[in-house]
This record gives sequence, structure tokens and C-alpha cells, in this order.
Amino acid sequence: MLELTDVLIEQGDFRLSANWRLPAGRRAAVIGPSGAGKSTLLSAIAGFFPQASGQVLWDGRPLDGLRPGKRPVAMLFQDGNLLPHLDIFRNVALGISPALRLGAEDRARVEAALARVGLGGLDRRRPAELSGGQQSRAALARVLLQDRPLLLLDEPFAALGPALRFEMLDLVQALTEETGATLLMVSHDPADARRIAQDLVLVDAGTAHAPQPARAMLDNPPEALRRYLG
Amino acid sequence: MGRAIGGVASAALLTLLMAPLAAIFLRAGGASLPGPADWAALRFTLLQAALSALFSVLLALPAARALARRRFRGRAALVALTGAPFILPVVVAVVGLLAVFGTQGLLNRAAAPLGLGPFRIYGLHGVVIAHVFFNMPLATRMILQGWQAIPAERFRLAAQLDLPPQMTFRLLEWPMLRQVIPGTLAAIFAICLASFAVALILGGGPKATTVELAIYQAFLFDFDLGRAAMLALMQTTLVAGAAVLALAVTRMDGSGAGLDRALPRWDAPGGWRRACDALVLAATALFLLAPVVSVALAGLTGLKDLPATIWPAMGNSILVSLASALTTTALALGLAAGMSRVIQAIGLLPLALSPLVLGTGYFLIVNPFLVPGTLAMPVTVLVNTLMALPFCLRMLAPAYERVESDYGRLADQLGLAGLARLRWLTLPRMKAPLGFCAGLAGALSMGDLGVITLFGAPGRETLPLLMYRLMGSYRTEAASAAGLILLLLSFGIFWAFDRGGHHA
Repeated sequence: MLELTDVLIEQGDFRLSANWRLPAGRRAAVIGPSGAGKSTLLSAIAGFFPQASGQVLWDGRPLDGLRPGKRPVAMLFQDGNLLPHLDIFRNVALGISPALRLGAEDRARVEAALARVGLGGLDRRRPAELSGGQQSRAALARVLLQDRPLLLLDEPFAALGPALRFEMLDLVQALTEETGATLLMVSHDPADARRIAQDLVLVDAGTAHAPQPARAMLDNPPEALRRYLG
Repeated sequence: MGRAIGGVASAALLTLLMAPLAAIFLRAGGASLPGPADWAALRFTLLQAALSALFSVLLALPAARALARRRFRGRAALVALTGAPFILPVVVAVVGLLAVFGTQGLLNRAAAPLGLGPFRIYGLHGVVIAHVFFNMPLATRMILQGWQAIPAERFRLAAQLDLPPQMTFRLLEWPMLRQVIPGTLAAIFAICLASFAVALILGGGPKATTVELAIYQAFLFDFDLGRAAMLALMQTTLVAGAAVLALAVTRMDGSGAGLDRALPRWDAPGGWRRACDALVLAATALFLLAPVVSVALAGLTGLKDLPATIWPAMGNSILVSLASALTTTALALGLAAGMSRVIQAIGLLPLALSPLVLGTGYFLIVNPFLVPGTLAMPVTVLVNTLMALPFCLRMLAPAYERVESDYGRLADQLGLAGLARLRWLTLPRMKAPLGFCAGLAGALSMGDLGVITLFGAPGRETLPLLMYRLMGSYRTEAASAAGLILLLLSFGIFWAFDRGGHHA
């Protein structure tokens, strides 16, 4: 379970508070106007941005002071999720061993992960030789191998067209169901949220609100969400 | 991690700079005050640097203007040629200038039948000609950069309004020049203050000795270490002051990213102005190429006259050059990893210390314990490393910051740290600038004739030192042959590393 207890994030004049829990295995979309702090919230959970006060806990264990790589978190960013100078095999293998010291068993796991996301046989290609959708699949294959219980998506599919984006979201949903991972994803589009999220975290006016069931909230939006959805 | 490495690297650098300075301070404490000869050296240093800066800029202005407004085949090659003197060994260039402007040179041979000459190249004007040869191309690059920084839309507007050339100059070009020229003058002035090899060969004597050369003479002729230390203090004050001045007024660095990009210009006047531009560019190319071609041609016929010591000298030079390339790149990368303005400022400090000042300091440190000559090669590597460091750091620091801003979070997220991060992220992402830096440091070191003259003993010669000694014994053809080899090695090592960085 992800727990944010009295978390306060400060950056100059910007303040964002959060005080809620997300049960293990749930999929939540983080939604709200630009500049409200959606990405900052994920950054704080991933360990890139220390909160001013409060605690981030996973399964009751505080994550404060842990480096990003040591947290039980896998994260995909808006861009730059693959190292352009490494082939797809190595990019994905970084999820098992950051030093890329791989045994025969590890290699088989990388191949299996690539096959699982539909990239079998493309392992010697460099990212630039893949389409945008294939690049996203490669990044998801690495997430699969990182095998972290919490997955954070900071709009990694924003540059894809709607059809391709839905395809990726379906893949994310399938992967999280297989691994039992908890998902927190930033989204601009209520259609994304409807498709994959069970819960919505509304970020607005300095507060990241507690997760609410997504469908009910979208069907009958509270005032702040209605303002955002227009 | 990167911060710790940057801290260690900057601490090491500060030690390497401060230890020789401290040794000089201690030794100079008991030494005499500067005498008339020392003040004369100071005056000559300032005078030649001022004249060199002035003539470099005066000659660069028409060349830069012609490059800025003319489009022709070979323009990119000409722009590349203006970058070449930076890694051209000073001894090679001086031998080439002697072949063109010297007593037996092309100029005198052409002038004699007309009843003119003979022109002599030794003394003040020889030193200035050599400095102009090296720095006029640099000035051209800096001023051309200024020209290209003027938005193309303004020239389009000028063409639309049919402004005459004088108005284009007054409204668009003069305001830019007023900003760029002071920095260019200051940079070249600072560079020429620390000139050693040029003054060693073309200067000398009471009327044409720079402070840097006076340090060398205090060592070799008088072995007066106290006077050398006093002169080193004088030189440090001078060079550090000029470096600060140059940094303060310089807006552009002359590295010239994208200088070979030809922007469209509609206002370039035709007629006699077009012919003038062509003439200026042809003269510039001739001025830059003739000396080098002369050395190469003379060198071909001199190859058979080379002494057997050419082989160990080549070996030493290649080893020194490779070692300098490695240490400079490693140190600059370490400093870049600190990602801090303070550390980058520390990385610029070597600009304040001239090679012979550092050499004097290291000599004073080593002398009580060892025969300094035994350390000739390591000290040469060390001083070459320090001298190339500021240039390399200016290139690597932004490249490192870009890698971190593009992929740092991803690497953190994946737990990519330490050597794995270096191997799988930093080195492959930075291989192009790293290759360029290694090539630059290697080429500068290959052609350096500096501290080795203080430390060099028989059997511990580098190629530039051998070449200098051959010239000293009037074996001009053999010296040219050594120059040809040195030229090929310097450009070869630069080419090999730079290409390696692009294709590795």
C-alpha cells in the first residue's frame, strides 16, 4: 500500500499537500490542470524531489532518504526513457542489472520480456530505429523486468496518437494485472482514465485529493473536476 | 557521486597549481628586486602583445567581413583553415615563417631583384609577425562569429530598403564590432603575454626578450633560481591580470560552432568591393598556407638528413602526447562531473599561469631531491595537461550537464551508478566531445616547446625540442624534416581522436 501522510511539497511559491492511501494493486490516474503539481507529486514519490514535510511510505516502510534507484518504484518519464546509444536488448536488460552483468538466465528473461511486449526479434535495434509505439513497448519491457511493486507513469505516451496510446494503456493494464503492481499515472485525458484507472487523484489548488472511484467521479464530477473538464 | 568526483578533481587541480606557486613565492622571497633587464623584458612583453593583438584584429576585420558576406566554393575549407593554427606546433610555424620571411626566404628572394630588402625577421617585428600568424585566424573566427550572430532578418531588411554599404555598416555591423573587438583584442593580448617558443626563436637579446623567455634565460644561462622565481611572479601577475581582463570583456569564445554554415545575404555589394573581398581572402589563405607548405616541401628533401635521434624523440613525443590526452580528458571529465560553477571557475585557473611559471615551480620543488632532468617527461605531461584543461573543460562541462539533464533521472531511477553509469551512460553519450578534447590535448602536447627546455637533458628530447636544436645548429633542412613529421603527428593525433569520438 502507498501511503502519503501529511506530505507537503514546496518549491518557491508553489505548495502541494497530500494525505491519503492507495491500496496495493490499484490503478489510479492523477488528473488536474497544468501546473497543479501532478508531475511534482510523482517526482516526490519516486525520490527525485524531497518533500518539505510528511512521509511517503510503502507497506508501512518510510521511503525518505532512499535514492530513486533504491525505492520500490519504477517510473517512466515524458521522454528520454531509453538510452539512444544502447540497443533495445541492453536498454531492457538495465532493468535487471544496471551494470549489465547478465547471466544466461538473465538473457532469457530479457528475451521473454521483449517477446511479451511484442518486440521479439528487435533486440539488436537502437531506439532511433523503432517507431514511437515500439519505443514505449521497450520501456514497458524494462519496467516488467525491474519488477517494482509501484509503477509511476508521467505521461510517457503523450507523443503517441490516440489509438496507439490506448494500445499502450491496455498493455500497461495487462502487465500490472500480471505482476500485481500498483499504478499511479498522470493523465490529461479523461478517456485515458476511464480506460485503465479504477481511482482518480484530483490535483487542484494546492491539494492532491484522496483517490476516489474513477467512474463515479467522471460521471458525476465535483466542482473542481468539472472546471478542469470544461 | 559526480559531486564527490568533481571535488576530488578540483582539489587535485588546486594542489597542482598552488604547489609550484608556493615554491616560487618561497624562493623569490630572498631574491633581488627586478633589475633594468627585467623591466625591459616586461616592457617588451607588453609592447609585442599589444602590437600583436592590434595587427591581428586589423587584418582579421576585412577577412571576417568577406567570409561573412560572400558565398563561394571552398568557404567551409577556409573557415576550417582558420581553426588549424590552434593545434599547429609553434616551432613548425616559426620555421615556416622563416622560410617565407627569413633572410633566405621567399620574400627576400622576390624583393632582391627589385633592389628592395633584405628584410629581417628577427626581433620585435618577427615576434609580432609570428603572433599575427597564430592569432589573426583566431580573431577572424571571433569576429565572424559576431557577424553571424546578427539576425539574418536585419540584413534582409537592409536589402529591402536598399541601404548603401556604408549605412549597413553603421546600422548593423558597427554596433556588433564595438562589442566583439575589445574582447578579441583582450584575448589575443593575454595569449601573447605568455608567448615563449616564438620569442625563443625569433626574439632574444636585450631588446626582444619576453618575461617568459627571461625565466628560461635565468635558468639556463645564469642558473639564478631566485631571479627566475622573481620573474615568474612578475609573469603571473601579468598573465593573471590579462586573463581576468579577457574573461571580463570577451563575449564569444571563437570555438565557432556552426561557423561554416552559410547564411543567406542579399546586401553583399558587387563590383570593386567584390574583387577586394576575393583579394583579402586569397591573401589570408596564402599567409596561412605558405609557411606550412614551405616547411612540408623543405622537409621532404631534408628527410635524408635527419639524425638517428629522431626515433627516440618521436617515441617520447607520442608517449607525452597520448599521456596528456588521457590525463587532460580524465581531469576535465572529473571537473565537469562536479556540475558546479565554482569548480568550473577553478578549471579556468591554469589560464593565469604560464607554462614556464609552472615549470619553474616544479623545478624548484624537485631540484632538492632529484636531478630535474629525470622528470622531464612527467613534468611536460603535467604542464601540457594543465594548459589544455581550460579549453577541454569549456567543452565537456556543458556536454556533461546535457547528458545529466536528458538522462540523469532515468539513470537514477534504474540505479545506474558509479562505473556502470560511466560506462553505459556518460562515456557513450559524450564520446564526440571527449574525442575532440583528447585530440586537442594530444595535438597541443605533441607540438609543445615549453617546459621541456627547462628539464630536457640529452636523451630526453621531444620532437619539438629536437627540431629547435637542429635549427640552433643551422641544420635547416633536417629541422624542416622534423617539422614535417611533427606536423603530421600533431594533426594525425587530433584527427584520430576526433574521428574515434565520432565513430566509436
